Amino acid sequence: MAEPLDLPSIGPDAATAQTRQFISFRVGEDEFAIDIMAVREIKGWTETTVLPNQQDYMLGVLNLRGTIVPIFDLRCRFGLGLTTATRSHVVIIVAIGGRLLGLLVDAVSDILTVNAADIRPVPDVDQPIDNAFLAGIIPVGDSMVVLLSLENLFANHGPANAAIAA
Amino acid sequence: MSTPTFGSDELAQFRRTFFEECTELLADLEERLGALVAFSSDVESLNAIFRAVHSVKAGAGAFGYTVLVGFAHRFEALLDRLRDGKAELDERTLAALVAAADVFSALVDLARQGEVPADDFGADVAEELGALLDGAAPTASVARPAEAAPEAAKPAEKSYRILFRPNAELFRHANEPLYLIREMKTLGELTVDCDLSRLPPFDAFNIDDSYLGWTMTLRAVCTPAAIAEVFEFVDDECVLTIEEIAAAVEPDEASPVVAVAATVATTVAPPSDPQPSGSKPSESKAAGKTGSISSIRVDLYRVDRLVNMVGELVIAQAMLAQQFTESHSHDDPTALQGFEHLAGLTRELQECVMAIRMQPVKSVFSRMPRLVRDVGHKTGKDVRLEMAGEQTEVDKTVVEELADPLTHMIRNAVDHGIEDAAERLAAGKPAEGVIRLSAQHAGSNILIHVEDDGAGLDRDRLFAKAVEKGIVPAGAKLTGEEIDELIFAPGFSTAAAVTDVSGRGVGMDVVRRNVQALGGRVQVMSTPGKGTRFTLVIPLTLAVLDGMVVAVGWEKYILPLTSIVESFRPGRGQIRVIPGGGEVVSIRGEFVRLIHLARVFGVTEAVADPCQGLVVLIELANGGKLGVVVDELIGQQQVVIKSLQDNYDPVPGISGATILGNGRVALIVDIEELTRLYDRNARIADALRQPIAANA
Repeated sequence: MAEPLDLPSIGPDAATAQTRQFISFRVGEDEFAIDIMAVREIKGWTETTVLPNQQDYMLGVLNLRGTIVPIFDLRCRFGLGLTTATRSHVVIIVAIGGRLLGLLVDAVSDILTVNAADIRPVPDVDQPIDNAFLAGIIPVGDSMVVLLSLENLFANHGPANAAIAA
Repeated sequence: MSTPTFGSDELAQFRRTFFEECTELLADLEERLGALVAFSSDVESLNAIFRAVHSVKAGAGAFGYTVLVGFAHRFEALLDRLRDGKAELDERTLAALVAAADVFSALVDLARQGEVPADDFGADVAEELGALLDGAAPTASVARPAEAAPEAAKPAEKSYRILFRPNAELFRHANEPLYLIREMKTLGELTVDCDLSRLPPFDAFNIDDSYLGWTMTLRAVCTPAAIAEVFEFVDDECVLTIEEIAAAVEPDEASPVVAVAATVATTVAPPSDPQPSGSKPSESKAAGKTGSISSIRVDLYRVDRLVNMVGELVIAQAMLAQQFTESHSHDDPTALQGFEHLAGLTRELQECVMAIRMQPVKSVFSRMPRLVRDVGHKTGKDVRLEMAGEQTEVDKTVVEELADPLTHMIRNAVDHGIEDAAERLAAGKPAEGVIRLSAQHAGSNILIHVEDDGAGLDRDRLFAKAVEKGIVPAGAKLTGEEIDELIFAPGFSTAAAVTDVSGRGVGMDVVRRNVQALGGRVQVMSTPGKGTRFTLVIPLTLAVLDGMVVAVGWEKYILPLTSIVESFRPGRGQIRVIPGGGEVVSIRGEFVRLIHLARVFGVTEAVADPCQGLVVLIELANGGKLGVVVDELIGQQQVVIKSLQDNYDPVPGISGATILGNGRVALIVDIEELTRLYDRNARIADALRQPIAANA
């Protein structure tokens, strides 16, 4: 059995108490997943309005039916360079801690239903992506999908950390 | 009064209503109290204060807030004595009333929070009230039963003749003379004579009109004020005269009259109250409502939702219109007309909705007279406050947020602005200082002036202080205006001694920050020896903004229209590069610093040469000017302000966002912040905003 993981819990539906659902998507060659309960909608990429003097993975803001939503380039957040976004790219709108934000990814792949017990902890190995961003590993057939910790990915977005070029 | 028939929900609802009314009543009380002047006989104000206290007491009694009721009772007793002229409104009494009002509203707050006040809460004030009561009328018992017949304490029975002639509309406002007459009967021995002379011929009779008048003779132990109170809710809808008549005129011409009144009354409403009246939180208030008020109470959340929805509608309409004109405007002029009509309607709708949130600034202004008196008292200065434009309306949020800055400024004006009486006399001014507080509309802004006729800002001391605090370098050459501006620097306090009243080092910088948070600006103008004037310019609403859409590279930004003076394309000769890399543009003999929006915001592919683009001349809050270089002006537009901070962090230089007609987000530029962002040279403007530790 895995150690208790720091995962967002899902709805109180008794039947799914042991299973959890994730949305998996592709960034470059890798498959990632996030808890489906955090996902609000999935839409195609449209041009954003750039906010001045932000980190480069912050792509700007979109109008989502009257709400201003910031969009982040996940590839760039991982430190793998900027995505050249096209219309075939996808933005996943998620809700974290009462805020809405959009994640730019290459493509959405699947919905995974996983037995909670099958989620493995992340082995402590040297890798390009910061370990703190990863919440676990979901085995899918022969390959695996990396479960992301949205909280940690965007935890440093408190006002104190706002990038200021003064 | 227990109300077993009510569920807890309904009771909670009543309680909420009660406290909402308390808030209004207390505000009114405060305002009236502020208007009171010692040794005056302002019966109207006293009556109003009495009514407020009384209404709160009635409600409090219904909910069993006994401490509140007890205190209200004493408060009321003293007020009653004052308005009857049985006690004199001297300084001590006035102070006691002010203190009592504080305790009273504190008690209401405690009750609202469901807390029980400590036993000795406000005991000293209650004691003072008691002492004043005893002093005023040694014979009277302070603890009169609350609901007993009024003025039972006074022995002398008097006779009054009351002429009561309602206007024709009386019934239409849901008033009923019969109830009033019955109420009169509770005061004492009453005879009523009905005046039928205005009854029209039957065919001209309008059932909704009131035609009758009454002459009543009352023998009772009560004051004219107590009689007037019976008619309180109809007093603007009738002719009412109350006169005392020489002693015991025995009124014989008696009773068929009441019967007439009763028959007429039955056509309007059954004489017995169909509702269990004991269950209402306060009957007197209910009656008050039906009487004259033509407003309704609406949950603020609902209003805000409406405002948001209409905001969306405006954007949707603009998007639709734009799409239409882009696609096929030429082949369908009627549709185009329709769109224009729709645009007009949506804008009007938006204005109407915004108007719902508008409130007169009076609710904030009314707190100031008292503040002036308090502070004047503490500092031993004689200060008069003159107010104008209290009815000027502004968004509710703005009204609320105005309280702190205004309090600060008024307090400062009394404490630092106005000189001691001796100094004033020496300077050839009247001993009494004057502070003027006024509000007026100017375009989509409200202008608020706080003006005193004191000594003006002491520039030498300001400058010395600024040097001492390391805010400006010792040798800096500043103009008088620039020195005046220093009072807005953080941690700056001009008070030579830290007084109890003000001067703790937080002051005008907080004011400026508060005002900026409202999207406004504050300016100071001071004339040595003549006085100081602060001007607050604040947008009427936080929801919409008149903006100028400008293009910079691929991006579009909104500049607040209120700051824009003009825009122009400078000629080659107008631009100078100053040592250090900065650019200035000369316009009409004035040199104005240039800021490239593209450089501040890191926008590529923008016009780099000001002579190829446009310079938008902007006036800053401190009166300084700034030239903002943009590619081109797109046009003027009213935009709905959206918060970036709902989903993201504050972005320096950006005050908010909006959605343009094409559905794209455009950022609203925070002009004041812009200079700070751009300013890498530590000139005054920079120093004003971030104190540099010179000794570090």
